[in-house]
Amino acid sequence: MISVRHIHKKFGKLDVLKDFELEFQAGNSYALMGPNGSGKTTLIKIILAMVLPNSGDVLVNGQSIKGNTAYRSQIGYMPQIGRYPDNMRIGQLFSMMQDIRPEIKDYDMDLVKAFGLDTMLDKPMHTLSGGTRQKVSAALAFMFRPAILILDEPTAGLDPIAVEVLKNKIKREREAGKLILITSHILSELEELTNQAIYIFEGEVFFNDSVESLKDITGENKFSTAIARLMEWSLKKNTKKTELAHV
Amino acid sequence: MYKLLKYSLYDIVKSRFALLYTLFLVLVAISIYQVSEDMGKVSLSLLNIMLMIVPLIAAVFASTHFFNNLEFTELMLAQPVKRRDVFLSQFLAVAFVLSMALIVGFGVPMLIWGADVTILTLLGIGIGLSVIFAGLAFLASVMTRDKAKAIGISLSFWIYFSLVYDGFVLYLIYSLADYPLEKTTLGLVFLNPVDLGRIIMLMQLDISALMGYTGAFFQNFFGSFQGILISSGVLLLWMLWPSYFALRVFRKKDF
Repeated sequence: MISVRHIHKKFGKLDVLKDFELEFQAGNSYALMGPNGSGKTTLIKIILAMVLPNSGDVLVNGQSIKGNTAYRSQIGYMPQIGRYPDNMRIGQLFSMMQDIRPEIKDYDMDLVKAFGLDTMLDKPMHTLSGGTRQKVSAALAFMFRPAILILDEPTAGLDPIAVEVLKNKIKREREAGKLILITSHILSELEELTNQAIYIFEGEVFFNDSVESLKDITGENKFSTAIARLMEWSLKKNTKKTELAHV
Repeated sequence: MYKLLKYSLYDIVKSRFALLYTLFLVLVAISIYQVSEDMGKVSLSLLNIMLMIVPLIAAVFASTHFFNNLEFTELMLAQPVKRRDVFLSQFLAVAFVLSMALIVGFGVPMLIWGADVTILTLLGIGIGLSVIFAGLAFLASVMTRDKAKAIGISLSFWIYFSLVYDGFVLYLIYSLADYPLEKTTLGLVFLNPVDLGRIIMLMQLDISALMGYTGAFFQNFFGSFQGILISSGVLLLWMLWPSYFALRVFRKKDF
């Protein structure tokens, strides 16, 4: 459904993504993992065309995203930090987003209701706490029933009840056959929500397979220890590289 | 596009800046109208104040607005809308608010105490300068990642066009006083929108006699139909190119 092809991205002299290749299939839920600064958010922003790659292309449903804006109506994006215009009220924000997508009439208001956002529609965005803003971001990502959901650290800053609500919603959407992409540092949550694991290390795909085969390969039967093993390997691979460079 | 413009405008109008700027302009206009009865003197005083203040406010406000609205811009870029529309809605909203503040701020006192063609020209030049300096500020903003740097660059545009450039022209004219410089000066005027606005206005006020032979030459040029056409064309060019280049950079920018 999404294929990332030979993406190369530099920020100044720093290579953030190096000849990056990935395929995301509908019906799967992907855990995007990697240390801080490994290029997870950059990858997501490239898929959304907020960041433009130096070379390479991204295909969504077989169509290149270059010069294409319509494909973004199929993507629900929840940013790491949701920032909104200060003077706008929650209700206005919702109606503005609906206004931008006139072709969609059937809104998914589950999260709006579950988070109680429908009772505070006239609150200006700048009065909201960080957690409430996250709730607004989540509600917006699901509102237009998109076929693809990209969630960048979705539960960061949410209270435990809201986390449960959001997790259940993600599970329901996953069962409905949607493509879900989640980045997070909370491994227990990823284990619960995803069936495919992708580990990015220094701008390259270090691991990309199902969670079961991750457990097989590492010989661990717990997700978190398997990931820890993967991280060890990636660091070893790195030291080997530097050793070689010294020869 | 129109939807985006509607929401951008709504956001600016909601911020207190538009109201304060309008009030400030009204106060300036009222105080100048109180000082003199002579329409020529009024428009000359208004011109001098406008040439200083309008570019300054436009430059600072546009770059501040661009960075304050970065969240909105990022939010919009993840939606199914064109980058061009996101940029234009922001830019047009800023240009519209600056122009409206000027029209209301100077226009209301004019309606009360009377106006003539010169004051309408003054308004036109003020709107032109607002758009030009908002464009330059947007250009500075899309080229940098830092708000303070963008405001600094916008301010240096203002200092350059309002002060430094004139000093440079004066120096040139004095050191080459023995040569006929009318055409050169005319060319130099076209390279600075503030000077261009000032000259267009001065020519309307019939005080070109004070400027000697160059004044007569300017009067001849800016007084003719062709001259008016060329000078307004150049002013229009100034209104378009900064925002055009800003748009080109914006389309390639990473957020």
